[in-house]
Amino acid sequence: MSKQNNAPLIQISKRRELPWYGPIAIRAAAIVLALAACAVVTTAFTGENPLEIYHTMWTGAFGTPRKTWILFQNIAILLCVSLAVTPAFIMRFWNIGAEGQMLIGGLATAACMILLGDKLPNPVLIGIMLLAALAAGGLWGAIPAVCKARWNTNETLFTLMMNYVATQLVAFFVIVWEVPKGAGKIGIINQTTEAGWLPQIGSYKYLLNILIVAVLTAAMYVYLTRSKQGYEIAVVGQSQRTARYVGIKVGRVIVRTMILSGALCGLAGFLLVAGTDHTITTTIAGGRGFTAVMVSWLANFNPINMILTSFLLVFLERGAGEIATNFGLNHSFGDIITGIILFFIIGSEFFIRYQLRLRKNAGKEA
Amino acid sequence: MFDLVSFIPRAVVQSIPLLYGATGETLTEKSGNLNLGIPGIMYVGGISGVIGAFLYEQAAGGSLNPVLAVAIPTLACLLGSALMGLLYCFLTVTLRANQNVTGLAMTTFGVGFGNFFGGSLIKLTGSEVPSIALSATSGYFSASLPFAEDLGWFGKIFLSYGFLAYTAIALALISSYVLRHTRTGLHLRAVGENPATADAAGINIGRYKYVATVTGSMIAGLGGLYYVMDYACGVWSNDAFGDRGWLAIALVIFTTWRPNVGILSSMLFGGLYILYLFVPTGMNLSVKELYKMLPYVVTIVVLVISSMRNKRENQPPESLGLAYFREDR
Repeated sequence: MSKQNNAPLIQISKRRELPWYGPIAIRAAAIVLALAACAVVTTAFTGENPLEIYHTMWTGAFGTPRKTWILFQNIAILLCVSLAVTPAFIMRFWNIGAEGQMLIGGLATAACMILLGDKLPNPVLIGIMLLAALAAGGLWGAIPAVCKARWNTNETLFTLMMNYVATQLVAFFVIVWEVPKGAGKIGIINQTTEAGWLPQIGSYKYLLNILIVAVLTAAMYVYLTRSKQGYEIAVVGQSQRTARYVGIKVGRVIVRTMILSGALCGLAGFLLVAGTDHTITTTIAGGRGFTAVMVSWLANFNPINMILTSFLLVFLERGAGEIATNFGLNHSFGDIITGIILFFIIGSEFFIRYQLRLRKNAGKEA
Repeated sequence: MFDLVSFIPRAVVQSIPLLYGATGETLTEKSGNLNLGIPGIMYVGGISGVIGAFLYEQAAGGSLNPVLAVAIPTLACLLGSALMGLLYCFLTVTLRANQNVTGLAMTTFGVGFGNFFGGSLIKLTGSEVPSIALSATSGYFSASLPFAEDLGWFGKIFLSYGFLAYTAIALALISSYVLRHTRTGLHLRAVGENPATADAAGINIGRYKYVATVTGSMIAGLGGLYYVMDYACGVWSNDAFGDRGWLAIALVIFTTWRPNVGILSSMLFGGLYILYLFVPTGMNLSVKELYKMLPYVVTIVVLVISSMRNKRENQPPESLGLAYFREDR
């Protein structure tokens, strides 16, 4: 790039610190553009007025109190998983096995409900279920972490494979415990006794889940930004060499963080099984383990921002589902819309970190 | 008694989509891009082929021209998957986005895209069952050599497949040759190992990443096409493709980034994938679910063992998953 003529037409360079509103403005612009693009796509398929479509999305999310509660319940679970994967991501440990860690936590919960259902008083049972879910999720996270720490095994694929192992384990136990025999599913567990069901606060079925996750969000924020362990995680993520140099035991941090991450995914599974669905299926996690990766990353790994990003993704999913029902499209339409919006947001990160400058004719070297 | 003559062909037809996906992903990963969008791309490849075939069958009425009936779906499939590859490259290479997040978003989008258009086509045809059948087109795709039937077990094991199966093996061998024995392959590996050094040596990083990833996507897309047109006899039903895309990504690790090894390992995977159908379990259906775990467990074991042995030639490309920015040094 010594000669001026060879300088590229558009030069890319790292931005200096933007003012605080800069990133927000760029992301907002991306979302507006994305919604416009989605409107074009949707209109092309349905021939409806785009504004009408967004109104439909809104009613899909907030139309009735029941829909609103389901929306918040879904946000709570997704947020819980996103919080769970975050410490690992800050450490640059790409845990895409949240799905499996949730499933195995849910399986442990369901196992306790089925096997210990009538034998223990409810508070004790719920305590055991919680511990079992945390332990199972933690174990599922620890296995790849130990291999990563000792032999530097690729964690992305290891955790991905662990998802399928968990899925098949669930499939196995679903057949073992199926009710009635041959149904291929477990059905509602302890429907009459409600043993092991999380208690309901007043008449609000999902309130307890939401409160638990709210507390967890605050706790995770404090853990990551104010605690010694949170600091160690950040150092290991930035540079393992630096971490070793200052005397942090990198292997131990990796395993400890992944146990925490897996255990919290297990908690999400526990909330799903004990607090919401009262059953277990192979699809109970519903892809949240993967969506959580995007939630966490879009929020810049900040637990407070994750409230917003998980809201955005759940809102899109519920809204797009409503569009699909109302306009007679199939339900995968929601995935297309979500995909398009994600592409725009992912692309917009570039403009936050870098700036473009057109080549000037008199151009000096930057 | 274990019926090997009927087991092997079934394992092979299972393996072909995995082989396509793994060959495509290997090329992509050699350029330093970890494309987790492969499962989505394979869906898009499959449905693009279905759309092409559907439109052609509608336009041609009853009389299909064999060449066009094969060429149109294939081109549609290549086009669809190439566009997905371009999108991935634009986001991760030009805009330097996080590859894991982009890949996962592509998978969400691709699977949704496949199921949406699959569903819409099903509605268009107004059929009773939730699937769309293109048996005429599929007939051309799955046609095997006419004398294969006469050769007994030999014909059944080696010659009973459609042309896309042999293409998959040829592509894997070609990719392997290109990667190991040509200058292009050397450059490509350099880009994946250490883009800064490759850049200093005058290799155009962006171009290599784009070409490798788009080519890889197109190859992976063919896996989707093979699945619909040959394996599934032209029947598209939503979500039928399942998690084969993820298995293909696992296969890349399993083969330690060597497409030629992929040929036999994909057949091993295909075998493990359907082994549960051949294992006598009697009345106990639950055990079958545990057998379905095998491909994943085997992948994990290979992953751990290859990282324990830590041989230099078995490691992933050094800069896999990282975006390259020249001024970042």
